[in-house]
Amino acid sequence: MSALDWSSIPGALPFLLQGMGLSLGLLLSAMLGGILLGTLLALLRLARRRPLAALAGAYVNLFRSVPLVLVIFWFYFLAPFILRRLTGRADAAVGPLYSALVAFTLFEAAYYCEIIRAGIQSVSRGQVAAAQALGMSHGQVMRLVVLPQAFRRMVPLLLTQGIILFQDTSLVYVISLSDFLGAAGKIGQRDGRLVELYLFAAAVYFALCFAASRGVGRLQRRLRA
Amino acid sequence: MIEISGISKWYGPRQVLRECSLHVKKGEVVVICGPSGSGKSTLIKCVNGLESFQRGEIRVDGISVGDSGADLPRLRSRVGMVFQHFELFPHMRALDNVNLGQIHVLGRSPEEAARKSRELLARVGLAEHADQYPAQLSGGQQQRVAIARALAMDPIAMLFDEPTSALDPEMISEVLEVMTALARQGMTMLVVTHEMGFARSVAHRMVFMDEGRIVEDAPTPAFFDSPQSERARQFLSRILRH
Repeated sequence: MSALDWSSIPGALPFLLQGMGLSLGLLLSAMLGGILLGTLLALLRLARRRPLAALAGAYVNLFRSVPLVLVIFWFYFLAPFILRRLTGRADAAVGPLYSALVAFTLFEAAYYCEIIRAGIQSVSRGQVAAAQALGMSHGQVMRLVVLPQAFRRMVPLLLTQGIILFQDTSLVYVISLSDFLGAAGKIGQRDGRLVELYLFAAAVYFALCFAASRGVGRLQRRLRA
Repeated sequence: MIEISGISKWYGPRQVLRECSLHVKKGEVVVICGPSGSGKSTLIKCVNGLESFQRGEIRVDGISVGDSGADLPRLRSRVGMVFQHFELFPHMRALDNVNLGQIHVLGRSPEEAARKSRELLARVGLAEHADQYPAQLSGGQQQRVAIARALAMDPIAMLFDEPTSALDPEMISEVLEVMTALARQGMTMLVVTHEMGFARSVAHRMVFMDEGRIVEDAPTPAFFDSPQSERARQFLSRILRH
């Protein structure tokens, strides 16, 4: 067994950094989109109108029951197909980045929905009653009183889910996107140094995620105090 | 002003209100008392539609609360309510708690609302605490902010649901003082409370409830001097003994 050779990493740093940029971009967009859509889903799941609640429930259960990698695949192949059908143009393209973005957003929304739903339910009924007693509509009660309190409580959980999502963004290698892991893989293959590059990638993921979870833990303690 | 006529309410098979009727005239202060579990809080929450009921009718200023077409938000914006556990919004300063309904429900400008809020906070003795969050205030102070929040809507009547029963004894009087001043100014008030001293000094009428029923409804002096029912006599002797 030959010794490990790290020499191909320094020269590849700009390319790897670019990959990290894509990973973080995916993370932030999917988190933002997922939280927005997740909030909407959570409100629907808690709605009095049964059909709406059932529909949102079905969505959540569907996405939580299939592997993420399949969702990424589906959107990669399905999105251009649907777009071509809709626009009638044979050359309509979506590209792996946007299809991945849509897949992540829709997938994460299902998980965020459940976190947000629990957060909404953790706000006491007395708070809702007090808001109603002032004459607020249902929408105002949610927007002004319930959601601000719910989100405050949920911040640690939402961030933790973000850390998991960050690791999951590496799955875009299946559609050949050069995220951080994808970039590392390409360099490794080019230089015949896959083991070193994958070890390096693992170390970077570990360092970032570990630091982030420590940060979330500290935030959680501060929020509790 | 508030006309409760023959209200009955069930939680599943258990009946919690039994044909309760009670009228509160404009400017009148009515205190509801009775043992815990007698339905006092449930009854008062029916008045602004926070609790539903199955039979009977409640009219507030001519509007029927139980009607499916009743505009409950509008009705609630005109009837103030103060809760046992204050229920201030913890993510807002005292001032913003008092502003909130004025701005978002009544459509007042932020400046106009803030002026009114500061005036009301001063009236309940908390002008200095406008910028503090509820968690930084004592229970008595929180409840006074809650009263200011309800008054900010210029209510035609005020509902108090055991406003002092979650307070430490030394804070009860500061809340009762605010309520007494309000009563003296002619506010229409329906109050659920065990504070018999307060009741005796400001209530025009006393209502005694037991097991979901209104057992007694009498002018205050008559209620304290010669309660008609055995249950009310027992209740009073127990609560006034101390």
